[in-house]
Amino acid sequence: VSSVNVDLQTDATLQVDISDALSERDKVKFTVHTKSTLPNFKQNEFSVVRQHEEFIWLHDSFVENEEYAGYIIPPAPPRPDFDASREKLQKLGEGEGSMTKEEFTKMKQELEAEYLAIFKKTVAMHEVFLCRVAAHPVLRKDLNFHVFLEYNQDLSVRGKNKREKMEDFFKNVVKSADGVLVAGVKDVDDFFEHEKTFLLEYHNRVKDASAKSDRMIRSHKSAADDINRIASTLYTLGTQDSTDVCKFFLKVSELFEKTRKIEARVAADEDLKLADLLKYYLRESQAAKDLLYRRGRALVDYENANKALDRARAKNKDVLQAETSQQVCCQKFEKISESAKQELIDFKTRRVAAFRKNLVELAELELKHAKGNLQLLQSCLGVLKGDT
Amino acid sequence: MAAEMEPPPLGDAGQTDFREIEDGEGFFVSTVTTLESPEPSSPDPPSMPAEGISTNGPKQEDISLDDDPEDLFAEATEEVSLDSPEREPILSDGPSPAITPVTPTAMLTPRMGLGTAEMFERSLDEIEEDDSGDTFDMHIAVSDPEKVGDGMNAYMGYKVTTKTSMTIFSKNETTVRRRFSDFLGLHSKLASRYLHIGYIVPPAPEKSIVGMTKVKVGKEDLSSAEFVEKRRSALERYLMRTVKHPILLKDPDVMMFLESSELPRAVSTQALSGAGILRMVNKAADAVNKMTIKMNESDAWFEEKHQQFENLDLQLRKLHASVECLVCHRKELSVNTASFAKSAAMLGNSEDHTALSRALSQLAEVEEKIDQLHQDQAYADFYLFSELLGDYVRLITAVKGVFDHRMKTWSKWQDTQLLLQKKREAESKLQFANKPDKLQQAQDEIKEEIEELEGKVQQGEKDFELISKTIRKEVSRFEKERVKDFKVVIIKYLESLVQTQQQLIKYWEAFLPEAKAIA
Repeated sequence: VSSVNVDLQTDATLQVDISDALSERDKVKFTVHTKSTLPNFKQNEFSVVRQHEEFIWLHDSFVENEEYAGYIIPPAPPRPDFDASREKLQKLGEGEGSMTKEEFTKMKQELEAEYLAIFKKTVAMHEVFLCRVAAHPVLRKDLNFHVFLEYNQDLSVRGKNKREKMEDFFKNVVKSADGVLVAGVKDVDDFFEHEKTFLLEYHNRVKDASAKSDRMIRSHKSAADDINRIASTLYTLGTQDSTDVCKFFLKVSELFEKTRKIEARVAADEDLKLADLLKYYLRESQAAKDLLYRRGRALVDYENANKALDRARAKNKDVLQAETSQQVCCQKFEKISESAKQELIDFKTRRVAAFRKNLVELAELELKHAKGNLQLLQSCLGVLKGDT
Repeated sequence: MAAEMEPPPLGDAGQTDFREIEDGEGFFVSTVTTLESPEPSSPDPPSMPAEGISTNGPKQEDISLDDDPEDLFAEATEEVSLDSPEREPILSDGPSPAITPVTPTAMLTPRMGLGTAEMFERSLDEIEEDDSGDTFDMHIAVSDPEKVGDGMNAYMGYKVTTKTSMTIFSKNETTVRRRFSDFLGLHSKLASRYLHIGYIVPPAPEKSIVGMTKVKVGKEDLSSAEFVEKRRSALERYLMRTVKHPILLKDPDVMMFLESSELPRAVSTQALSGAGILRMVNKAADAVNKMTIKMNESDAWFEEKHQQFENLDLQLRKLHASVECLVCHRKELSVNTASFAKSAAMLGNSEDHTALSRALSQLAEVEEKIDQLHQDQAYADFYLFSELLGDYVRLITAVKGVFDHRMKTWSKWQDTQLLLQKKREAESKLQFANKPDKLQQAQDEIKEEIEELEGKVQQGEKDFELISKTIRKEVSRFEKERVKDFKVVIIKYLESLVQTQQQLIKYWEAFLPEAKAIA
């Protein structure tokens, strides 16, 4: 979603986007298009086709790379999920006999529009991931990233098998237990101490807000669907009625057809500007938390190394080894701390800018739609009142 | 269903649709089509003059001859084309231009065998003459629900206030207290008196064992309060509809209901009483009979109307169901919006950028106001739209009932005719009986029976004519009321929607500068 791309400078040296996408059975094929003046690439402009698993592979390679421990790794795009939409289309097909041809066509059109919307969203989210990487001063130079962009064969990245998935699961369990441990250690540095407290709470709140906004938007969509059905029935009533009131029915049916489109758009815009924003910052705040965890881990290692060195000196055994180890830990910790600080400051800047942009656009769209609705309602009322 | 889709190929970098996501337009450009509904041509004036009334407005001359003193319904406002064999069917080519009000002359004599209803049947014109221009001016309010008693014997008492300037009432303003079973009792009396002769008696609100039990056991929660309010409103609408009917208004039971301080308790309205069971049995019997009566419909008007009401019934039920869904989803939306508002407030609290934190709190406030808005709108959806539809679904059932009674009346007439025919055959056969001394007695007996049956056949025919006439009038009145009701409610409903949008605009306009102020 380009709305979260706010602060990414359009840098002529490396520009990445998804120029095309194809939906097949259960996979989506993205055409990743790159324009670059960097000498690393054979050409200045080129495209490759990638699937979701390859994006995940790239993301995981960043996470597993020790060199990048001090950076907020851009969150992986979520898996394309057309299951719900497909299910609805299937149910519609099954229920074809029970509704009129117009109703069926209408519903089919809507479901197709919904499918298309989900499709566009997933493309946007994959694109945002790539743009974030391309905009990051260090990550953009990553070799895997270049391979991802340029290598025009299948990367043969198979999805994780069961065992690997279990390993991941346990890693996460250990990590969160660990995370608690690490979080408990009070940081000497005020900045990081504050960030820790902030991020922990913020992440939970964003998660809650994201879930609640989803539910709110779903209700909105349901209400719009109801208005659709009401419009259809009013139309039938209007065509069947031989009295004066048929005009009313037909006019109101027409009105509701239009207002429900607007209501559907309101729900869609809220989805884009609010729900997607919250979802994205849920993922980013998790990535920021992960960074803090890594730093915390490095701090614990450093402190342990210090203790080990003290013990070694006291016993006068393996002192050199302990000293080297301690130095390594110290360097690692300081390196992470330095870049982490900047990353977290950037994160805040990006976040504030993205929220500002989206909240402003949300308000503007809500106003636009409400005014549109109002105008339709008042004009219809005018006609009907004139008639009585 | 093919779910695979290849979306339109996207152009190059600068032009992708995704940029358009920002203003929300991109998704829907291709799928928005304005629905151009065909402007309905005004319904063609049908050939049967009875139709002409509702669509074309101008009142038609009552062309029927009025010297029949038993013609109870020579009203100026209604035109009746009689299709009985005694009169020529009168077909006009279109709306007649001249409108001459016909003033009836005769005071009506009660017809035998039709009960006490006729004693109070006076044409509207007559009333106008007697009471010097007493137009319908009446307002009934049902209010102040109060629980009386405790436990399972408790009940809800309602205050019924009648305000009127009509002189048939003894006072300008009367207040009485009534309970739900009183209303049911009133309806039961009116139904038994008027339904079978073709009057559309408005149905009473439905019983609800669950709802009432909650109230009886003293559950003081939101759903009980809602139930009581729903019932109060329904009772009010029921009374208003009943008194709007010019015949029912004059019924002594109606007047007693509105005016007398004490009413005998209506016990036969209880669902499981003897009368209740009898009603259920009768209903079942009716359903069976309906299936077996095959009526020779000579009057196209009735056939057409019957079909129209069937269609209307179907569509109104559908519409009612959809509106009930809408009410439900809007209530859900209100709850979810409130929930989101709280969540947004919490998010704002934890946000450490001051300006953004403030904006998020403002967003939370806006959403809280909006949730109240949704709740109010759901209320309007229900009380304006949904309840009207529910009322009409029940009313149409009463209309269909009246059509069925006509069928039964016809059937009875035909049966009597058949019986007469059989007797006549039997009479002629008597000539060939071989007991001459018993012959005279048998002949006298059968002559008596035949005379009686001839009278009954005549009566049956008159009853059928009468109910047909009544139904035509009733349907015309009903359609007028329906048109009025729907027009009024639709406008009120749209106005409620307008209000909601206006409020929304206010709230978002107040929020926008706050969002822009994030620095």
